[in-house]
Amino acid sequence: MKYNSIQDILNICEETGKPFWRVIMEEDMQESAMSETESFEKMREMYRAMADADRNYDAGLKSESRMTGGDGQKLHEYNEAGRNLCGDFVGLAMEKAIKMGESNACMRRIVAAPTAGACGVIPAVLLSYQELYHTEEDRMVEAMFTAAGIGNVIAMNAYIAGASGGCQAEIGSASAMAAGALCYLQGGTNGQIASALSFALKNMLGLTCDPVMGLVEVPCVKRNSAGAVNAIAAAQLAMAGIVSAISPDDVIDAMRRIGNAMHPSLKETGEGGLAATASAQKFMQSEP
Amino acid sequence: MSIFDIVGPIMVGPSSSHTAGAVRIGLVARRLLGEEIKSAQILLYGSFLATGKGHGTDKALVAGLLGMKPDDYRIPHSMEIAAERGMNIEFGEAHLKEAHPNTAQIRLTGVTGKTLEVIGESLGGSRINIAQIDGIETNFSGDCPTLIVHNLDQPGHVSEVTSMLAHKSVNVAAMQLYRSARGGRAVMVVECDQEIPADGLKWLEKIEGVLKVTYLSKSEDGGSHEV
Repeated sequence: MKYNSIQDILNICEETGKPFWRVIMEEDMQESAMSETESFEKMREMYRAMADADRNYDAGLKSESRMTGGDGQKLHEYNEAGRNLCGDFVGLAMEKAIKMGESNACMRRIVAAPTAGACGVIPAVLLSYQELYHTEEDRMVEAMFTAAGIGNVIAMNAYIAGASGGCQAEIGSASAMAAGALCYLQGGTNGQIASALSFALKNMLGLTCDPVMGLVEVPCVKRNSAGAVNAIAAAQLAMAGIVSAISPDDVIDAMRRIGNAMHPSLKETGEGGLAATASAQKFMQSEP
Repeated sequence: MSIFDIVGPIMVGPSSSHTAGAVRIGLVARRLLGEEIKSAQILLYGSFLATGKGHGTDKALVAGLLGMKPDDYRIPHSMEIAAERGMNIEFGEAHLKEAHPNTAQIRLTGVTGKTLEVIGESLGGSRINIAQIDGIETNFSGDCPTLIVHNLDQPGHVSEVTSMLAHKSVNVAAMQLYRSARGGRAVMVVECDQEIPADGLKWLEKIEGVLKVTYLSKSEDGGSHEV
């Protein structure tokens, strides 16, 4: 029952009649020698840790470099002021994504999903959805398995680390995972989950990892909000019945090839792109 | 790879390699020493040296030396906690050749005067590799109970170790052998599926030609100990 691709997962779902998330969970139970209860409760622990991290956001914190902190609070105030440009769901997701990215930069406890740098995307989408639509927790945990399965296929066939494949591998992967999970929550078919993750990842292809001073701060924190919004847009396209022209496995393969072709200065070395700008140099000079 | 490596681990930010992995290197070094640390010299290399401060790598390594895990809320305050506990810490630059970009060289002195030098590499996604112990090459993750035996390079020591493990019903997951030179000092690294009982370790220590027995336990409070 081992899967190596999104198509394998879809085939197993088709043959067994099991939902996407259950195929992912059962394969991992086999691999990790866990019972169904242990596996499900461990994933619940991950979801609750995301919720705790969101709740524990501290607007007063600044990162060691002094580049990061307090922006999540600004978004919160803007949302609360009744001027939200993006609507409730997207507005809240952006706020949560920035808060989580800031918490990470300020050495708070987060859940790497798939990495620490991209830790804001999945909780932003899932926690906001639950907050607005009051979805029961078990269903949120099932959505987490859906996301994890997508991330696992990406890790097997391409990359999830910025140092290996650029930001497309981090925020791109997180966004694809969140898009699939969101489709599941909206009652999407397995085909719609596949299209959603394809749309999300396609939109992120080629994204470089060029953070200022090599730190997980600029532009990483704000990329988390872009990844969350992109996931919601991708799920919306798929739920409307739009089908991705490129299969999910082909998109993942393209991400790997683009990552290979990416210059090393754009893969978490802090040497190229944004890191090499005059603005970035100013931060380096003022480093405490 | 488990799906909980994809969604997870729960960790203190900002970086799985530069923060969570660094905590784990410190923690494994502490467990290998097997007693409270009196003083630590921490030498950084490569990306750890260049971007370590902004990633909290220094605080993370010290947190690990204090026995904290990667999800411990107190990691940002590890320097203060080390000072309260009277742990003397000194940072510097590691002069290594062709090491992994995320490497820390840690020299520890315990409360009883025991010393240990460890070179640890953070491989990404919070996974680590212990690349050297006391100047001799090793290669293990610290994910399983691990036995490290320093001995003279002479026939018979491998079978003494494996027969002890067989006698204690401990299964070997991986085993590696290294030596400094023919007939010189050798190191055995044995990663196991089960914990090794203390009397088995004591028995090994008494064997002629065995210089040092170090054991990394995975049990929480038992900790590791050098016998």
